[in-house]
Amino acid sequence: MTTSSNGASGFKQRTIIALVEDKPGVLARISGLFRRRGFNIASLAVGRSEMPGLSRMTFVVEGPPHVVQHVAAQLDRLVEVVEVQDITEKNIVWRELALIKVNSPSEHRGEILELANIFRVNVIDIGAKTLTMEVTGGRNKINSLIELLRRFGIREVIRTGRVATLRGALIEGQEEGAHAVADSVEHFYTPTAGDSGSV
Amino acid sequence: MVAKKLTGGQIVCEALLNEGVDVMFGLPGGAILPLYGELSKYPGLRHVLVRHEQGGAHAADGYARSTGKVGVVLATSGPGATNLITGLATAMMDSAPVVAITGQVGRAAIGTDAFQETDITGATLPVTKHNYLVTRAQDIGPTIHEAFHIARTGRPGPVLIDIPKDVFQEEAEYDFERDSQINLPGYHVPSTADESQIQKAVELIDAAERPVILAGHGVIISQAFDELRELAEKAEIPVVTTLLGISGFPEDHRLFVGFPGMHGLAYASLTLDESDLIIAVGSRFDDRIVGDPNRFATGAKKIQIDIDPAEINKSITADAPVIGDVKAVLGQINPKIKSTKHTDWVSRVEHLKAEHPSLKIRETDELLGQHVIKALSDVTRGDAIICTGVGQHQMWAAQHYRFTNANSWFSSGGLGTMGYEVPSAIGAQLGNPERLVWSICGDGGFQMTSMELATAVENNLPVKYAILNNNHLGMITQWQDLFYDGDFQAETYTANPDFVKLAEAYGMKGIRVTKQDQLEGAIREANEHNGPVIVDFVIEKVDNVYPMIPIGGSVEDLIEESL
Ligand SMILES: Cc1cc2nc3c(=O)[nH]c(=O)nc-3n(C[C@H](O)[C@H](O)[C@H](O)COP(=O)(O)OP(=O)(O)OC[C@H]3O[C@@H](n4cnc5c(N)ncnc54)[C@H](O)[C@@H]3O)c2cc1C
Ligand SMILES: Cc1ncc(C[n+]2csc(CCOP(=O)(O)OP(=O)(O)O)c2C)c(N)n1
Ligand SMILES: [Mg+2]
Repeated sequence: MTTSSNGASGFKQRTIIALVEDKPGVLARISGLFRRRGFNIASLAVGRSEMPGLSRMTFVVEGPPHVVQHVAAQLDRLVEVVEVQDITEKNIVWRELALIKVNSPSEHRGEILELANIFRVNVIDIGAKTLTMEVTGGRNKINSLIELLRRFGIREVIRTGRVATLRGALIEGQEEGAHAVADSVEHFYTPTAGDSGSV
Repeated sequence: MVAKKLTGGQIVCEALLNEGVDVMFGLPGGAILPLYGELSKYPGLRHVLVRHEQGGAHAADGYARSTGKVGVVLATSGPGATNLITGLATAMMDSAPVVAITGQVGRAAIGTDAFQETDITGATLPVTKHNYLVTRAQDIGPTIHEAFHIARTGRPGPVLIDIPKDVFQEEAEYDFERDSQINLPGYHVPSTADESQIQKAVELIDAAERPVILAGHGVIISQAFDELRELAEKAEIPVVTTLLGISGFPEDHRLFVGFPGMHGLAYASLTLDESDLIIAVGSRFDDRIVGDPNRFATGAKKIQIDIDPAEINKSITADAPVIGDVKAVLGQINPKIKSTKHTDWVSRVEHLKAEHPSLKIRETDELLGQHVIKALSDVTRGDAIICTGVGQHQMWAAQHYRFTNANSWFSSGGLGTMGYEVPSAIGAQLGNPERLVWSICGDGGFQMTSMELATAVENNLPVKYAILNNNHLGMITQWQDLFYDGDFQAETYTANPDFVKLAEAYGMKGIRVTKQDQLEGAIREANEHNGPVIVDFVIEKVDNVYPMIPIGGSVEDLIEESL
């Protein structure tokens, strides 16, 4: 298994997908459960599904694996959660989207457009001084592009959460970067079983 | 059939009647007045006016636990609703089915910091099984039926329905047939378990040499008393009950052991520790039982029967999880297991009982809490309903009352809510008018909700309140003694009221007991009095509850009283 915590230093990210009823307050219930265990939602994407009245959510969360796994079970207990799956170990395909607005004075514009070409990203707006591109892909691809654009002066990066689904084919293997180590772990406490210490 | 046009308030009442509600607890205020304005049209709905909404919630909880029906509490917006929170959290932790209906400010005012506005669905998210804000009168009927379904099925729990004032006034159609259709794609109620899980459990039971049943609250919720007994008797398995499993198994049965854990009976904890198989039946391996999970019953395999998949492997890894309702699951398991005897093991358990006489009371002329409970148990022949508060008196009650009737013990186990004792007994008495109800109170907890005595008097409820009066927050004294070098802080009451006079002030009978030889007479006098009574048992001031396994410990750390 590729799942357990990455040594003492950090926790791997885990991807959870849920099918939920499209009703007010559902997101608050779900995020409340994560908050209660003191760990972070690294990203979240919500949208209507193919079924009327149901939405899909994709969470990327950071926390100790046994706790995250347990939270998936607790999520399932919510009345409006129809289905929940921790797909971290599964064969999944996933994407993120980012809009990157970068300085593009005319002397650099050619170079920037070439980068866009190499990365196969769309340029969706060109202004007098800036240019905005749309990049879809895995986290590593987006991160690399951001790094390469940095020297031109990045004005804004707007990233969506991850959306993920199980692969249709039966081949093993995972998308690049799917289980990156959480960026910072200091703020986690690791809940352990045992007495609450209360009286 | 043409559905009737009704006001939202009338729909609430009709839907409650259709759910079989006959009594509800509550206290009105502006936002819920339109509902109260309809009550006179519905004499079948008895409303019990409480003195504080927390008391209303605990009374609904006591009513629910003691009848198996859903308890109902009403409160107004803002402070009325926030006063419910402790009661809802108590019900949530112990899986009690309660439906709370709160008034909310009018729809147009929601979100404007209007007078007495609180986001009560937001505030109660973590302390309810589910909650609703209803924004149209036409949704009231379906919401109430759905709320009752959720509150009482699966792992029960509290559900709150928040209804804005003008929604109570708006008109809509209500049609029971249509509005009681439940459509919850994400809500599943397990019943029988997968055959493969049953098979695994049966194999472990048949193979065990030293099996023990850890029977929990789930047995009571599922009313699986006969099935539990059949399992125990068929394979001769000793039965340990959790604190909330008490009265799930007859305590005069030869296979009965007692409750284990932090303040449980030493021999019950040791029985778990020496076993080679723990069959957890509707009990969630709470940390008060487990202590240090790495040192808990390390030689035992574990079967965990629970209706809530989220409880499996939470603190203890189950070798054989069985997801389902206790009654249904035992109905599957019992016919499949071998009929056997565990003669050596049962005599080993008897030996542990003899070696560790946790129920022996130390010799003294003083009046101890244990004496009071023992006398209560003897005089009532274990036949009463017992409600308790939280603290030393609760532990002595759990240890020394010998229950002979199923489902007769109501105590706040998971949240440990002081003050539960006074109103929960009111609910239990209302639900069980023919039974004798004793509430065992701490002098601390009693004073948190004693305003509800007026509710008992007003409604002619003959609850007997036994205050184990040590003039202390006794359990706090004990912890400061054992874990804070005897640095006693904020644990002594120097100005408790005269509880006998307090009884009289409320129009109740008051009796004071200061000596052991007065116990029996006073208890009989209280039992015979046709109305509510306070008995002020003035007990030894500082007295620790033993046995004790300190936090995070195991049986290796067991502290037993030297007699
Ligand atoms: C001061 C204090 C000291 C305490 N000391 C002790 C102690 O020494 N020993 C002790 O045992 N407790 C002690 N407790 C209580 C403890 O905190 C827990 O409340 C208690 O152990 C929980 O018991 P339980 O698991 O049986 O019940 P619950 O917490 O109510 O759990 C019931 C379980 O049954 C399941 N269930 C419900 N309905 C069904 C059904 N129909 N079918 C199948 N499963 C079902 C639920 O999902 C849940 O997992 C103490 C409490 C206090 C306040
Ligand atoms: C509402 C609430 N506040 C605080 C506590 C912490 N607490 C646990 S036991 C206890 C003492 C209870 O005193 P009392 O009711 O007199 O019972 P005793 O232990 O003396 O029998 C306290 C303060 C609690 N459980 N509940
Ligand atoms: Mg006290």
